[in-house]
Amino acid sequence: MCDTCGCSITEGNRHLIDEGGKHEHSGAVEVLSNLLHENNHTAAHNREHFDRHHVLTINLMSSPGSGKTALLETTIEQLGEKYRIGVIEGDLETENDAARIRAKGVPAVQIMTGTACHLDAHLVHSALHDMNLDEIDILFIENVGNLVCPASFDLGQHYNVTLLSTTEGDDKPAKYPVMFRAADAMLITKSDLLEVLGDFDPQKATQYLRNLANPAEVMTLSARSGEHIDLWIEWLQKRFQEQQQRIAGGETRRPAIQADGIALHAAR
Amino acid sequence: MHELSICQALVDQLEGIAAQHPGKQVAEVYLGIGPLSGVVPQLLNDAFSVARAGSCADAATLHIHESEIIVRCLSCGKQSPATANRLLCSHCGEWQTELVSGDELLLERVELEAFEQSGESSQKYH
Repeated sequence: MCDTCGCSITEGNRHLIDEGGKHEHSGAVEVLSNLLHENNHTAAHNREHFDRHHVLTINLMSSPGSGKTALLETTIEQLGEKYRIGVIEGDLETENDAARIRAKGVPAVQIMTGTACHLDAHLVHSALHDMNLDEIDILFIENVGNLVCPASFDLGQHYNVTLLSTTEGDDKPAKYPVMFRAADAMLITKSDLLEVLGDFDPQKATQYLRNLANPAEVMTLSARSGEHIDLWIEWLQKRFQEQQQRIAGGETRRPAIQADGIALHAAR
Repeated sequence: MHELSICQALVDQLEGIAAQHPGKQVAEVYLGIGPLSGVVPQLLNDAFSVARAGSCADAATLHIHESEIIVRCLSCGKQSPATANRLLCSHCGEWQTELVSGDELLLERVELEAFEQSGESSQKYH
């Protein structure tokens, strides 16, 4: 990062400075800041808030109907006694998902985005005013069902978990590379349907994910039948322990990939 | 569809820059956008014409520089061009690579000009 003005010169854009040979502040202002600078600033603030309250925050992303809420219901059944869980639900309309979560005895705040196709850090920040983080260990943010837009917005979460249901086709990571590149874990959901569908190959889906240079853990499971849910529960508990260790060491964690985020970080 | 949100954030940043330069308005805006940023340049361009209305960038022209995807192999260390859904090393075929460029979503440069009330500048840039 340039020390002069706090801009964001990275390996990817350094040539702009080198070739032009200028980094001056006259009629032309060299800015080099992320277009989502404001969002990212609020996201960092949210993350500090989570860390201060020792909360592990997971952003769940997928297309609509891939089973995010069902996964949360099962997760609450399995871990609700051990951890205090909270959920922020993002949908264009209705409180339906928050109602399903509350029926499991867990606090849920519904964000209705109206026409917006994604959650952003400001919306999450507002929702946090309705949630007592002192009473939460693990916070799930169920993003708007959409495989495109949510990937661009940091919310302050520690991990991105992307769901891919067996009814969607195993080539989704190749079709939506931005979304799947951002995944810290990929869950292939509705595995109980694998047999009847016959054309979804979890290995192929994993290969498409690796083609995005993403080493994220892949778990094939079913919230309905309970198959391999233990893998997810174990993953979650490990991440919770790591989060507590990080907080004890005064550190935090950003999701594996945030557009520009890694580059900006590395350049410091 | 999130391009409009991003343009609104861009206009907010432009307002901040213009506020530091009294008497000037934004004339040219240069962005660097990578294929892995999740943003479509054409949609961003369309959204900008909506988002800039009534702002300090009302008469501004948007220039988008589309960067290429370049990866560095974690195994052989070489760099190679790649495509959005195949970020593999083209030298040794290894999938474990890191991105050198291609996910930019950057406001690179802004050019300002003296504010003209006659509307001359909007003709100049349209």
